[in-house]
Amino acid sequence: MAGRVEGKVAFITGAARSQGRSHAVRLAQEGADVIAVDLCGPVESIQMYPPATAEDLAETVRQVEELDRRIVATQADVRDSAALKTAVDEGVAQLGRLDIVLANAGVFEIQPSLELTDEAWREMIDINLTGVWNTCKVALPHLVDNGGSIVITSSTAGLKGTPNTIHYTAAKHGVIGVMRTLANEFGKQSIRVNSVHPTGVDTVMIQNPKTWGLFTPDDPEPNREKFAELFETLHPLPVPYVDPVDISNAILFLVSDEARYITGVTLPVDAGYTIR
Amino acid sequence: MGKLEGKVAFITGAARGQGRSHAIRLAREGADVIAVDLCAQMETIAYPMATPEDLAQTAEEVEALDRRIVTRQADVRDAAALQTALDDGVAELGRVDIVLANAGISAAGTPEPDPLRTWDDVIGVNLTGVWHTVHVAAPRMIEQGQGGSIVLTSSTQGLTGRGGDGSGAVTAYAAAKHGVVGLMRSFAHWLAPHSIRVNSVHPTGAATPMVENEVLKNWLAANEESAGMLANLMPVELIEAVDISNAIAWLVSDEGRYVTGVTLPVDAGFTVR
Repeated sequence: MAGRVEGKVAFITGAARSQGRSHAVRLAQEGADVIAVDLCGPVESIQMYPPATAEDLAETVRQVEELDRRIVATQADVRDSAALKTAVDEGVAQLGRLDIVLANAGVFEIQPSLELTDEAWREMIDINLTGVWNTCKVALPHLVDNGGSIVITSSTAGLKGTPNTIHYTAAKHGVIGVMRTLANEFGKQSIRVNSVHPTGVDTVMIQNPKTWGLFTPDDPEPNREKFAELFETLHPLPVPYVDPVDISNAILFLVSDEARYITGVTLPVDAGYTIR
Repeated sequence: MGKLEGKVAFITGAARGQGRSHAIRLAREGADVIAVDLCAQMETIAYPMATPEDLAQTAEEVEALDRRIVTRQADVRDAAALQTALDDGVAELGRVDIVLANAGISAAGTPEPDPLRTWDDVIGVNLTGVWHTVHVAAPRMIEQGQGGSIVLTSSTQGLTGRGGDGSGAVTAYAAAKHGVVGLMRSFAHWLAPHSIRVNSVHPTGAATPMVENEVLKNWLAANEESAGMLANLMPVELIEAVDISNAIAWLVSDEGRYVTGVTLPVDAGFTVR
């Protein structure tokens, strides 16, 4: 049986691990080739979890190739639109086309608003907001002739105010503006643009002592189990967090022909977090 | 193997249009179906409504896919009749996992000698009928203890009031379809502890008998401003019923296992305009 995105090519940022890798593998399972980008390196103001590495990106390549799909992987920074353009242009030259764009790359850090440095604010906006726009900007010229589907990874923090993450929350709200504008500007060319809004996803971005500690501030030894118990209370559904594949499955639906008339939509995958 | 193998879906308004499309799409994924439709004309509705033959046609198409189907003629405004239909279906098919509150009417373009009567009928079917549909099935789903998924069919008119003209028909439609969002969010809280998810879909105009008929066509021609109710962003005039079915098939499958409380437009960009 033909896959749901057979013969298509997907450009995915932040593809070295976690959600980005999951998207690459899930789309490859359904027949897509992949242009993968990741910084694979540190960001100064992001200290609470380790950055992805070149080895992580190599592992994504291995997993996609194991599915008999092609992948072109490049280390590039979403803040550097020239480097991003080179990566996508080179990928399209090798794989022949572009159909799907997943602006997934993002970072997360916790800081009380009044303790946030100017530098930390700027880095967050540069990566999580400008980086998303850069991704769309370099990809759109490849989509305008044949249509395509863009999914921007926002967050429940793109729909609700969340304390101690003002830079992250502002950026994740901002990408909805990018999504809605592009949906309007390119709708006539059959380019669909949507955003997904995950609650906490079980990756290193939330599974770290600082995030655990935010939910158990009086506990000298926060851990995964105590965090899970408290995080579950944020969700109407009885789950603490979701898995990367749950976001991948939502994205797969959005980019497939089954969603051919879905555009301009903010889609939560959040176990009910935003209706609480 | 289908994504919905072994599941049973309770679908209202299943005789034709979107409801029939949902029944077939879910049957393709392995589900059995309890199908309900009024199969009769209402006085406040000028376009021809579904018939018993239409419902029989749905049954034939589901059975052609080797799935089982129990059909009943019932009015969603009549909670007791709906309960009997659900109970009959569960008695035969063993369970219920999926509920699609799809039955709906549009009185736009029908003469309104008594706008209040139009209001009552549209609210009765499109809002109270949705409430009944969930209430007759949810206790059984809770008792089964295996979760489930409910999708309420709202509309772009559940998210915007574009095209409003003061008529009983258009006002009641928008009010009912907005009201469905309230039901969805409230039900989502009620049922989440039981791992039963509740979402709504918001289609733009779809190529079905409720939209493609002389009554609506003439009304739109005579009311250019109201035609804005059907103006999409993407270059497509009417979407197909299967586009809504595909969104529903994803929502009710395990691929949407943590999606609840969501208003999902299937509207070619109508609401983002």
